[in-house]
Amino acid sequence: MPRIINFAQAINEAFVQAMEIDKNVICYGLGVDDPKGVFGTTIGLQTKYGKERVFDIPASENAMTGIAIGASMAGIRPVMTHQRLDFSLLSLDQIINNAAKFHYMFGGQHKIPITIRMIVGRGWGQGPTHSQNLQALFAHIPGLKVVMPTTPYDAKGLLLSSIFDDNPVIFIEHRWLHNMEGDVPENDYRIEIGKSSQINEGNDITIVSMSYMTVEAIHAVEILKDHDINCDLIDLRSVKPIDWSSIHKSIKKTGRLLVLDTGVTEGSIAGEIIANVCENCWNDLKEQPHRICLPGTPTPTSYSLTKAYYKRSETIINTVSKMMNKDLDGYVLVDRKDLPHDVPGDWFKGPF
Amino acid sequence: MVHSIKDANKMSNLHQTSTSVLKEIYTKLFKIRTVEETIAKKYTEWEMRCPTHLSTGQEGIAAGVCQALLKDDYVLSTHRSHAHYLAKGGDLNKMIAEIYGKESGCSKGRGGSMHLIDKNVGFMGSTSIVGGTIPLAAGLALSSQLKKESKIACVFFGDAATEEGVFFETINFAAVKNLPILFICENNLYSVYSPLECRQPVNRKIFEMVNGIGIPSVAGNGNDALETYYKSKKFVDEIRNGDGPRFIELSTYRWREHCGPFFDNDIGYRSETEFESWKLRDPLLNFENQLIKIKKIPQEVIDTVKTEIKREVIEAFQFADESPFPDVSELYSNIYSGDTN
Ligand SMILES: Cc1ncc(C[n+]2csc(CCOP(=O)(O)OP(=O)(O)O)c2C)c(N)n1
Ligand SMILES: [Mg+2]
Repeated sequence: MPRIINFAQAINEAFVQAMEIDKNVICYGLGVDDPKGVFGTTIGLQTKYGKERVFDIPASENAMTGIAIGASMAGIRPVMTHQRLDFSLLSLDQIINNAAKFHYMFGGQHKIPITIRMIVGRGWGQGPTHSQNLQALFAHIPGLKVVMPTTPYDAKGLLLSSIFDDNPVIFIEHRWLHNMEGDVPENDYRIEIGKSSQINEGNDITIVSMSYMTVEAIHAVEILKDHDINCDLIDLRSVKPIDWSSIHKSIKKTGRLLVLDTGVTEGSIAGEIIANVCENCWNDLKEQPHRICLPGTPTPTSYSLTKAYYKRSETIINTVSKMMNKDLDGYVLVDRKDLPHDVPGDWFKGPF
Repeated sequence: MVHSIKDANKMSNLHQTSTSVLKEIYTKLFKIRTVEETIAKKYTEWEMRCPTHLSTGQEGIAAGVCQALLKDDYVLSTHRSHAHYLAKGGDLNKMIAEIYGKESGCSKGRGGSMHLIDKNVGFMGSTSIVGGTIPLAAGLALSSQLKKESKIACVFFGDAATEEGVFFETINFAAVKNLPILFICENNLYSVYSPLECRQPVNRKIFEMVNGIGIPSVAGNGNDALETYYKSKKFVDEIRNGDGPRFIELSTYRWREHCGPFFDNDIGYRSETEFESWKLRDPLLNFENQLIKIKKIPQEVIDTVKTEIKREVIEAFQFADESPFPDVSELYSNIYSGDTN
């Protein structure tokens, strides 16, 4: 029997299990103990594990990250949470100059087992400073691991792996995934960082995707199947390191590549994947690879502009269709049930 | 009735203040309250589709401080910026249009409620990243110093912003350089749902700490617009005189939820009793009652101010409603300065 819980509950469950297994696991961040519990992900933790291990912090992102690094040097496993990825940018110095360097720079003598959760906003006018998808920025830094779970199952398994990994892990959650439901086993299980997940099998085209874009891809893949286009859909789960062998294997089978990225086009993970596939699978490719990312602008706030800014299943269908020399119109095929484009579902009403 | 020396001081302050200043402060208070409460009322039409932080209950600070500033002085602010923008004289129509995401908005619909600007009145911008504008204000103050202008900079921020490294770095530099800047900390006891006690040491006062860093600082009742005005005025005069930076910590309380149109005393992070006790210290109502008591401004004048502002607010919402959204073809404009697009 499947056990259905949502993404936020899966995160919460991973916290509980990690804190049960190891008393060195601590959890802090702005609002982790407040009534909303970071969209439900940290609800109840302070009651269970006390104020010493679960606590609210001052608005001091940089120092609190350094404090996590320091504590981790002595064996504590801190998990720090940012309600928006954008707020973590105040701590880039500690993340990049210290967390990412201490193992290497001291000849392997230090371990920095910290996990930094960053939530990416979207919709309801989150705008230029509350919705940045900066996974590529972190993935660019040697010494950091970067994961972006899509399903509740992956959220739990990856958070457990991240917490018990001896390296700094940037754990990126998309706000539109928190209410997504799925089958999540009760037991402690781990998902290896650096392993992708095959969501759909098909011989015509490889779609490599991440985080919320995978949800859009799943809709697109179902509709494409009705029109005899069969997609190999790979959800990355980790964007650093990337599961190259699974991608290469799929390309050998399909000869076509479309990459979906929640971030801006220039300097994206999608660009990295296309470069790697061109370098390693040139002869397998039947045609040039494509990518669907965000336009190279800051996120606008206005409702009218976000509609053009974000890409959805419609665009995926149209791009795949073109690559397959078909003539499908995603805008006709996808039924949006009249929901406004800037919310993921009925449960989401501004302002968060 | 005058109950104490404090009350007596208050009354003498009132008596010695010119009618025009009293009227201007009142107008600011009433305008901010009316705008914020109208936004709260209309927000559930779900057409203001951006995170919106209201200042209801905190009007006394914006009104008093901005009354002490000149039009050319610079002001910067935070995620909770409506009051500061309006008190500095920012264009109301453009603010409401911005919250509705319209092309006629003060930031052309690109920024929303948290990113307001009106350079015509020195309002140089507000941003949503806590502490983000504090150094920018010092930078503007530095420019004024370099260009030997008489303009000063004033930056508003909340109690939580004083926990950011950038706050300490900025006040230190402002003190070193003797910059013409007024720091205004609005201490409303909370950062979202987090009370001050879990973020700052219980017996340490923010203004005393800043004093220790080398900036003359005072605290005051932010819900008393006149007290705020006089404290700011004294400091603004000193700053303009070249005496260097000044800091004021003003106590206040946000009435509605941190972000959004509702009340949230029921969810458990603060009590209804606490809220009610602060509601009795209503910066608008108390000011209005005092004005009526001293009879310096006739009731008709107060009534005219109210009628006039209510009309302005209705017109601003109409303006926003009738304004077009930005055109999709404009998505790529303004990424770089010099773009012809
Ligand atoms: C750097 C950063 N960290 C966290 C946040 C999330 N956040 C938005 S408003 C806010 C509260 C700030 O409290 P305060 O400065 O006291 O201002 P108030 O909301 O009380 O007016 C927080 C923590 C943010 N916007 N930026
Ligand atoms: Mg506050």
